[in-house]
Amino acid sequence: MSPKQHILDVAPTDDDEPLLVVEDLTTYFRTGRGLVKSVDGVSFTLERGKSLGVVGESGSGKTVLSRSVMGLLPHTNVVRSGRVTFGGFEITSASPEQLRSLWGAQIGMIFQDPMAALNPVVRIGRQITESLRYHLAMPKKDAKETAVALLRSVGLAEPELRFGWYPHQFSGGMCQRIVIAIALACGPKLVLADEPTTGLDVTVSAQILDLLDRLREERFMSMIMVTHDLGVVSGRCDDTAVMYAGQVVEKAPTSVLFKDTKMPYTEALLRSTPRLSNASHTRLPTIPGNPPDPVNLPAGCRFAARCQYAQPKCVEDQPPLVQTANPDHWYRCWFPVGTPENAEALARNQALTAGAAV
Amino acid sequence: MPEPPADPGAPPGGAQLGFEMESAPHLITAANPEMNVFAAVLPGQQATAAQKGRTSISKRLGPAFWISAGWMLFVIVLAILAGVLPLPDPNNSLAGISGSSGCLPSASPSLSHLLGCDENGRDVLSRLIFGSRVSLVVGFASIALALAVGGAAGVVAGYIRGAFDSVSGIVANVILAYPYLVLGLAIVTFWGHSEFDVTVVIAIVAVAPLFRIVRANTIAFSERDYVLATRALGSTRKRVLQTLIIPDVIPAAITYGLVGVALAITGEGALSFLGQSVPPTTTPTWGNMIAEGSTLISSIGSGAPVNIWEVLGPAVAMFSFILAINIMGDRLRAILDVRTGAL
Repeated sequence: MSPKQHILDVAPTDDDEPLLVVEDLTTYFRTGRGLVKSVDGVSFTLERGKSLGVVGESGSGKTVLSRSVMGLLPHTNVVRSGRVTFGGFEITSASPEQLRSLWGAQIGMIFQDPMAALNPVVRIGRQITESLRYHLAMPKKDAKETAVALLRSVGLAEPELRFGWYPHQFSGGMCQRIVIAIALACGPKLVLADEPTTGLDVTVSAQILDLLDRLREERFMSMIMVTHDLGVVSGRCDDTAVMYAGQVVEKAPTSVLFKDTKMPYTEALLRSTPRLSNASHTRLPTIPGNPPDPVNLPAGCRFAARCQYAQPKCVEDQPPLVQTANPDHWYRCWFPVGTPENAEALARNQALTAGAAV
Repeated sequence: MPEPPADPGAPPGGAQLGFEMESAPHLITAANPEMNVFAAVLPGQQATAAQKGRTSISKRLGPAFWISAGWMLFVIVLAILAGVLPLPDPNNSLAGISGSSGCLPSASPSLSHLLGCDENGRDVLSRLIFGSRVSLVVGFASIALALAVGGAAGVVAGYIRGAFDSVSGIVANVILAYPYLVLGLAIVTFWGHSEFDVTVVIAIVAVAPLFRIVRANTIAFSERDYVLATRALGSTRKRVLQTLIIPDVIPAAITYGLVGVALAITGEGALSFLGQSVPPTTTPTWGNMIAEGSTLISSIGSGAPVNIWEVLGPAVAMFSFILAINIMGDRLRAILDVRTGAL
C-alpha cells in the first residue's frame, strides 16, 4: 500500500472556538443481558491547549467515554447518540474514512498498558514511522529522522540505536514513552490518555505525567486524561470531571473541585485518598457498596444507594446537572455538600441509624 | 555461542519471525555509563536473554523434527520421481515375463523385486511408490484448499463478526456435526471417485475445523491492545488485517494444517479401504493396496503363497509418513505458539 496524503483540514480557523465540544453523548452496548449504558448523557467542552481530567472508579464509563469521543468503538452492537464536534468537524456523523484521517493525525490516543499497546513482533522504529509515512506521506529517511527526534523528545536516550529494538527489550516506563511518541508522531491537536500511568510505578508515573504536561505545553495540545487517581489530576489538569455510572456527576476547574466539593461522591472519593498527614495506622475511609449495574440503573440519583446523605427524594428523582455561583462548576445533587440542606440530611440519617441501633 | 557483532548499527539480518534478538544490547550499556534511569538494564539479565534468543531454530526444533522432515522429503521426492525411477509398471502383471524382470504371483521379496509381487504378479514396491502419489496429492491439495477457503472465511468472520460470522459459524457446526468419515463417504458415494472428487470432498470435511481455529485466533489477536492502538492511529481494516492479524494467525493455521494433512491422508486411506476412493484397477493408492492386501491376511497358513509385504508395505508407509507429519506439526506448534514459545 502506497502512503497517501489525506489529512482533512478540520483545524478551527478561530482559535477562540473550543477545540472539542461534546453534547449529550451516550454510548450503549447491546449485550445478552440487555443494554449496557456505559456513557449516559455526557457534555463538556475543551479549549485548545487545555487539559481535562476524567476521574471515576472502574466501570464508571470513563474509558468508553474517551473512545466514544474519538469514535473508536467496536464495529457492532454499539448505540451512540449525541454530538461530538472537533474543531468544527462533527465526529459523530463522520464516515470511517474521515475518522481514520483524524485518528493519529489530529487525535492521538495513549493506552493504559504500554507493553500491550506495542506490537511485540515489530521493531519500535517501524511502529513509529508507520503513521508518519501513512498520514504525512513522509519519505522513509525523513520519517526515520522525525521518529528519532520524537524518541529524543520523550526522553529516550540514544534513540538512533533503540530504533531497531523490539518492545520486550524496553522497560514499562520506556514503553510508555514510546507509546507517547507514537501517539504524538503526527502532531495531533488532541490527545486522549487512557490511564497512562496505571501500569507503572510511582516514580516513573510522575515522570511520565510531567513529560505529558511538558509536551502538551510545547505543542499547544488539548488533552483528556482518564484516570481513577485524583492525585494524577490535581495540579496537572485545568478542569476535572468526576464520572459515576456513565454520568458526569461533578465538573469544575480542578482547584475549585478540590476546595469547594459539592457532590457527595466526589467528597467520598477525596476522603478515601491516603494522606501523609494522617497518623499512622489510620483506617482509610472507603465508599461502601458497589456502583449500580449498568443494565438496570436506578431511577433516582445513581449514587443514592451508597450516599450517607441520601433522602427519599434522591431515590425517586434524578438530580439534574446544575451550576453553582461559579459558572464553570457543575454538579448533580439534591443535597450538595457544604449547604444547610446537606447538614440537615446527614443529621436526619444519623438520627435514623441511632434510632435503629437503640 | 558466537560473539555478537560489536557494531550496534549493523543491519539486523538474521531476524526471522522475531525469534532472533537484536545485536548485543549489553555492550551498548557498558559503553555508555551515563544512561538515564529507564535505560538501566542489568547486563546479566540481558546476556541470558540473548543466549536464549540465539539458540538456533533448527536446534530448538530438535532431532525428531529433522528426522521426520527428512523422511517426509524422501517420500515426496520418490513420489515425484516415480516415473523416472527404474520401476516396472505398477498396473501390469509381470507373471508372464521370463528373466529377472518377471515375477510370480505372490512372490516373496527378492533382489529384483525388493518387496516382492502381489497375487496378480504386480511389483509391490512400484505400486507403493506410485500409490504414494494419490495419497500425497489428495492429502496436501485438500488441506491447501481447505486452508484457503476456511482460513479466509475464518479471518473475515473473526475480525468483522456480524452476520457473516453467524452464518459461517452455523455452516461449520453443521459440517462438524457429522462424523468426518461418514460425511466424506456420503458425498463421495453420490459425487464420484476421481482424484479430484476425493480431494474436494476431504477439503469440505476439513474446512470446518480449520475455519474454527483461524476464527478463534483472529478474535484473540484482534482484541489485543496494539490492534486498537493501530486503529487509533488511523489504520484501515485491511491494513490491520494484513500487518497485524494475518501474520499472527498463519503459524497456528500452518501447524493445524500439517496435522490436517495427516488426517486427510488417513481419510483418503479409509475411503480407499472402503472402496470409495480412486479404484485400484486404474491407480494404486496406499489405502486400496491395504484393502486388497487385507484379504490375504486370513489366508496366511492355508498353504497358498502369501506375500505379507503386499499389505505391510503400504501400512508401514502410511503410518511412518503420518507419524512424521504429526511430529513435525507438534514441534512447530511448540515453537510457533506465542504462549509457550520464547516470545
